[in-house]
Amino acid sequence: MSVAQQTAATSGRTVPRHKRPLQITLAIVVVGALKYGTLILLSGFFILPWVWMISTSLKNPQELVVWPPIWIPHPIRWDNYIAAFQQAAFSQYLGNTLVVTVPSVIGAVASNALAAYGFARVRWPGREIVFAIVLATMILPGFVTFIPLYVLFRKINWVNTYLPLIVPTFLGSPFFIFLLRQFLMGLPVEISDAARVDGASEFGIFTRIVLPLARPALAVVALFQFIGSWNDYFGPLIYLNDKALYTISLGIANMQSSYGFSNFAWIMAATCMSVVPIIVLFFFAQRTFIEGIALTGLKG
Amino acid sequence: MAVSKSWQGITREQRQGLVTGLLFISPWVLGFLAFRIYPFIMSFYYSLTFYPVLETPRFIGLKNYYNLFQDPRFLTSLYNTAYYALLAVPLGTITGILLAMLLNMKVRGLSFFRTIYYLPSITPVVATAIVWLWMFNPRNGVVNFVLSLVGIRGPGWLGSPEWSKPALIFMSLWGVGGAVVIYLASLQDVPRELIEAAQLDGAGTTAQIWHITLPMISPVILFNVITGLIGAVQYFTEVHVMTGGSGSPADSTLMMSIYLWQSAFRFFKMGYASAQAWVLFIIIVFFTAILFKVSGRLVYYGGK
Repeated sequence: MSVAQQTAATSGRTVPRHKRPLQITLAIVVVGALKYGTLILLSGFFILPWVWMISTSLKNPQELVVWPPIWIPHPIRWDNYIAAFQQAAFSQYLGNTLVVTVPSVIGAVASNALAAYGFARVRWPGREIVFAIVLATMILPGFVTFIPLYVLFRKINWVNTYLPLIVPTFLGSPFFIFLLRQFLMGLPVEISDAARVDGASEFGIFTRIVLPLARPALAVVALFQFIGSWNDYFGPLIYLNDKALYTISLGIANMQSSYGFSNFAWIMAATCMSVVPIIVLFFFAQRTFIEGIALTGLKG
Repeated sequence: MAVSKSWQGITREQRQGLVTGLLFISPWVLGFLAFRIYPFIMSFYYSLTFYPVLETPRFIGLKNYYNLFQDPRFLTSLYNTAYYALLAVPLGTITGILLAMLLNMKVRGLSFFRTIYYLPSITPVVATAIVWLWMFNPRNGVVNFVLSLVGIRGPGWLGSPEWSKPALIFMSLWGVGGAVVIYLASLQDVPRELIEAAQLDGAGTTAQIWHITLPMISPVILFNVITGLIGAVQYFTEVHVMTGGSGSPADSTLMMSIYLWQSAFRFFKMGYASAQAWVLFIIIVFFTAILFKVSGRLVYYGGK
């Protein structure tokens, strides 16, 4: 309502002249209070779990079960973080996760850049139909395909290795192809034509001209794949049996189910540490995230 | 330039393009065949077989499907998934749009609020699940503590068959920030002239939202609802972590995906699990088609 009043006031028709200043200030104050009040209240909802997570990770066992809950532990138990390393092979989980994540990022960037280039910058008969197939596979749920894949990977002895988690990233993902194609189509055709006239091969144009220009979009793919692999739970859950191979997500979930509530503080410490790389990445690559969301081409 | 017809009515240039194009997309073609088409067909075949994991599949026709609809646990999982998806998706959509509109109101410290809202959506799901498991603890968790501040005695949440699904739905709102950022980007794209023109015509805020803002961002809403629904029907990780894969208490969080996983990896009934997978697939296709059909009239594609 008050916004409407404010609008009416600025258009200067319905509101008598002498009443305007007061109404405007009042409207602005009310709207502002409501707006920032809501924003801050909601921030509380989004922040509270973080605070609780950090606070819990620093508690001693008695403080975990106290009512009302303690927010600032005393004394602060930093050694929960050390316990996460000593009791639970946390550093091993961390290393394993990197062994999966790094190749996956490389695979996703390389394979999807190639495919997107083939769809965006090479003209060939049937291209649009094949691209429609790419899009259609986006709604094919992972739960439909995982059983035959599991059976297949077991037959070729890939179960209990990282290959089922890494190899598919080298063979394209419809979402990333869509995203990169969108970006590559935005680059002017002339740059490729000029290089073609100079006798450059298509692959040369791809590596030397288009890829450097596509760096922002490739960064988005790298980022999303990193987060996807880092956070993945289902893949490691079904393909990794040996505890020595567990990734961070699977490792922490396993700590949770085997130690339950008895050692919750250091499980929470491990959980905190599993989140830190994602948060750090976000703050370093904030702009890439926001650009990536615009890039999904959701605007029309 | 002479156009030389040579091979099946395709010019040499086109043929060259075809070879180059296929070479570039060849990694995807390989992935498509090996990791999408092959398992897609095989899972349908397995769904028609009796297939304990260590034996060879034996064809039994539609028996798995028949058994599924006699299986009370499967029907429970259907109900639980429907309950979760039909509440979490609309709630998440409305909250996401409202939050994005709020952030679109010339907010000071926009990037601060956006960051706060967005971070949970990229947090590892396992971490989210573990933190909320502890937050929902009825005896000393934060949720019941906050409720007690306003004089409400909180329920048993994840320990109670009535409250476990509402708890999961409430938790899902914590991850709404991803959608907020997408909605916000599309709201910022709504042409200012349109809104100014409406204001000159004397349109109130509600009219502006209904007749301009929402239609302009409707394709994005449709996209988010569809991806949200596909995700909700396959809702898995949170429940698996929070209940140790059991779907407890009293099967009240036994989602279709959880029961499917149990059939395959606890009971090793690959054929039965594949039939479940196909029911899940048909549900997704059915609802996606309905959404497209219904939205045909509601979604506005006239924007740039």
